Amino acid sequence: MEAMEELKFVGKPTPRIDQQEKVLGAARYVDDLDFGPNLLHAQVVESSLAHARIKKIDTSEAEKLPGVVKVVTGKDFPYHFGLYMQDRHIFAQDKVRFAGEQVAAVIARDLATAKRAAKRVKIIYEPLPAILDPREAVKKDATLIHPELGAYSHVPWFFPKPGSNIAHWRKVRKGDTIQGFAEADLIFADTYRVPRYAHCSIELHGAIGLCDHSGRITVWAASQSPHTQRHIFAQALAPLGFTHQNLRVITPYVGGGFGGKAGVTMEILAAALPTLVKGYPIKIHWTREQEFYNTYQRPALVGTLKMGVKKDGTITAFDYLIHWDAGAYVEYGANVVNASGLSATGPYRIPNVRIDALCVYTNLPPGGPYRGFGYPELLFGVESHTTRMAQQLGMDVVAFKRKNAIREGDKLPYGAPMTPNGLTECIDRVVKTIEWGKKEEHSDPNKAIGKGFAIFWKAPAMPPNAASSAFLKFNEDASVNLLISAVEIGQGVLTAMAQIAAEILTVPPEKIRVESPDTDRNPYEWQTVASHVAWGTGNAVKRAAIDAREQIFEAVHHACFLEKDALYLEDEAVKCRTQPGFALLLKEIVINGIMVEDGTYRGGPIMGRGTFMPRFTSAMGDPDTGQGGHPCVHYTVGAAALTLEVDKQTGRMKVLKAVEAIDAGKAINPQIVKDQICGGLLQGLGTVLYEDMRFDESGKLLNPNFTDYKLPTAMDIPDEVIPIIVETPQADGPFGARGIAEHPTIPAAPMVANAVCDAVGVRVKSMPVTAEKVGLALAAGQTEVE
Amino acid sequence: MTKLTSFTLNGEFVSTKSALDLRLVDVLRCEFNLTGTKEGCGEGECGACMILLDGHPALSCLMLLGAAKDRDILTIEGLRATQGFAVLSQAFNDAGAVQCGFCTPGMIMTTYALLRDNPNPDDGAIRAAMAGNLCRCTGYSMIVEAVSLAVQRRGETW
Repeated sequence: MEAMEELKFVGKPTPRIDQQEKVLGAARYVDDLDFGPNLLHAQVVESSLAHARIKKIDTSEAEKLPGVVKVVTGKDFPYHFGLYMQDRHIFAQDKVRFAGEQVAAVIARDLATAKRAAKRVKIIYEPLPAILDPREAVKKDATLIHPELGAYSHVPWFFPKPGSNIAHWRKVRKGDTIQGFAEADLIFADTYRVPRYAHCSIELHGAIGLCDHSGRITVWAASQSPHTQRHIFAQALAPLGFTHQNLRVITPYVGGGFGGKAGVTMEILAAALPTLVKGYPIKIHWTREQEFYNTYQRPALVGTLKMGVKKDGTITAFDYLIHWDAGAYVEYGANVVNASGLSATGPYRIPNVRIDALCVYTNLPPGGPYRGFGYPELLFGVESHTTRMAQQLGMDVVAFKRKNAIREGDKLPYGAPMTPNGLTECIDRVVKTIEWGKKEEHSDPNKAIGKGFAIFWKAPAMPPNAASSAFLKFNEDASVNLLISAVEIGQGVLTAMAQIAAEILTVPPEKIRVESPDTDRNPYEWQTVASHVAWGTGNAVKRAAIDAREQIFEAVHHACFLEKDALYLEDEAVKCRTQPGFALLLKEIVINGIMVEDGTYRGGPIMGRGTFMPRFTSAMGDPDTGQGGHPCVHYTVGAAALTLEVDKQTGRMKVLKAVEAIDAGKAINPQIVKDQICGGLLQGLGTVLYEDMRFDESGKLLNPNFTDYKLPTAMDIPDEVIPIIVETPQADGPFGARGIAEHPTIPAAPMVANAVCDAVGVRVKSMPVTAEKVGLALAAGQTEVE
Repeated sequence: MTKLTSFTLNGEFVSTKSALDLRLVDVLRCEFNLTGTKEGCGEGECGACMILLDGHPALSCLMLLGAAKDRDILTIEGLRATQGFAVLSQAFNDAGAVQCGFCTPGMIMTTYALLRDNPNPDDGAIRAAMAGNLCRCTGYSMIVEAVSLAVQRRGETW
């Protein structure tokens, strides 16, 4: 309804409310907090092997060092933890399962002492075979990485296979693929590979924990998930008697997340260690190297994709077998496999679908959430493959994809109907802007120009009951303090939430202060992940504002005898449709109430409350087919294309122009949406052009630094980036909004691979698509690179 | 015997008894509470710890305190008072060049030196100058735009 009315604050490029503080260098991140001279420091002792039995840990030499307060091992904390599956321990117990896993920790007066002492902890291992390839791990005689798999508690939508290394197997069966392939005029299969990637937020992971003498634990953490962290801490430390009300997580500004700071990784140490040294804050902070190997990594995959199409371009059947290298612990990563597996077709209408997404344990660092949550990995294959099949049919690639593009009401792979979306509008606007079909020649004969195109979708990956809430407090001057627990990780949530509240209350955003989470003070939020906060938290904020407005109207009704239905807010005042002259300024009433004839008051402090629970979603699909549930609340769709220059001698590439269109439903703040598109697109381009993680044969990461893991710099950006916002309203979104933050990364990889093929005829089937791969293929006259 | 290390910090003469082999970034952050200088990698790759050393961009994570002796050090906190900062801060805000903000102080330090040394850098020169400051959020486009804006508005500031 609101979307029809003229909006005053929503949909406007309101300046970010956090930017001046950040420009000044005054914004406080977790490492900037001061804990005084009693602060202790912890240093972990890490496993040197990827898979081994721990025979003995000798801490005696470390304990002798002056300044050491305590040396802690797995014996002190024999407790499981995990988000969706409790397969991790706070410290390795009898076994280590990846190189770099924490086996012990030293707590000391200063960091230098802690580091020196950590080197003195002696660990004797009995090596076990390290399994690094998920397809080796699923073989019958493979060493079991988690023989205890059957005993782990997990969410009901995971289907582990105890006695194997398969932690979860997401199956989707729709229609009849045998029949579908029989109907096809062309069947084509190939295998695509995607390596592991690192989030590389510039702020490192860090947390400080304090267990005070009242028996409460406070953790200050660079976190995307304060409430979920509190819950995981409470579960893990329950044997020690800690309960939710005595656990508190405080999150200041976060210097980038991208999924890496969701859930719990190293923060468990900041919750657990202080219980052994009460009254002293303990700081634990990762180095850039640890950031690479002991937080979540984006998991790798090998996917074999087979599709059938008719001569007219109709897709008849789809079969995708995906082996995910999910790492040593999959407590979060198994849901990447699950959620993306349910939607592994990409945004296509396909009657007959078979998807097998296997979440496989390996002896590599834990796989977990990374911007895109599995979709960029899966769609590298899908968007490469659909391009190749169109070419084999002799059809225009865009025409083929547009013909099969999913529309509202089409059946999704798990049987539910597709939600409203502007996919075809995204396609059409991108195609027009990139001048698809217009062949461009390079003035330099050594260089070729190609164009690449991809479409994409992604749904928020969340439990069906991922809730959000908001408190909104008016102050005497009608300014507002808005309390939410979505975290400002750079995506602009503080500003967007202020705009939503402003729209309902007619109080301008600059009069609304939105506070970063403190779980004691701010109400519940599931996590700042899944691109769900614009939608979920946005709904909670809108409801809190409406609740406050209702309280105001109620007070006016009682004090002034005006019908509530006739009241409305305008320019920070209550007005009445039936009495044009009536106006009560909010600042005169929102705290002090309204005086009536006898000198008494009505109303009083206005405090709005809003909660949001997603409707229409359930995880109750059939384990063998995926049919019957409604696991995804909605999809955000888009299309993208780029023009790529390729050096025919060296394979060196340069993106000349990139266009990306996303259906935001309603852009709460179009400037922020465009910033997300530009930033996300470059992060995606980084994964395809420059980055990847390399491990040696023992499972040790070879490039845990920015020298050898190459992030794009300002020198590597496209000459031109054109973000396009499409707005097909989301019925249950605040003002029609849905999330867009992860999505810009998704099309980058396949559209580069497609553009390389268009430019020089080389099809690269594995990420990254580096100059080296392209150059070597050109030199050898190869047309395909595995 | 305690040795004093003296240097100029944000225009003031300061001395510290800290060990000479402490990293400058730690001294600035922990001893002088100048937390606008960030640490993102500790190995000179990301630029979040950028300061101006005798006016030139320098990575404070790669410098030991001893190297600061008798030098002139400017951090983002010291830059705030300058007219150039006012131009830069407005340009970064107007261009939407700030997301998580962790790289922002380092970016501003680099930009300040660039604009002082090069009155009219083109896009290529801006990108080259900023290449030592990593940002994972913005895709750099808005940062390059912010610097261009500052170039247009610089007037006689530097």
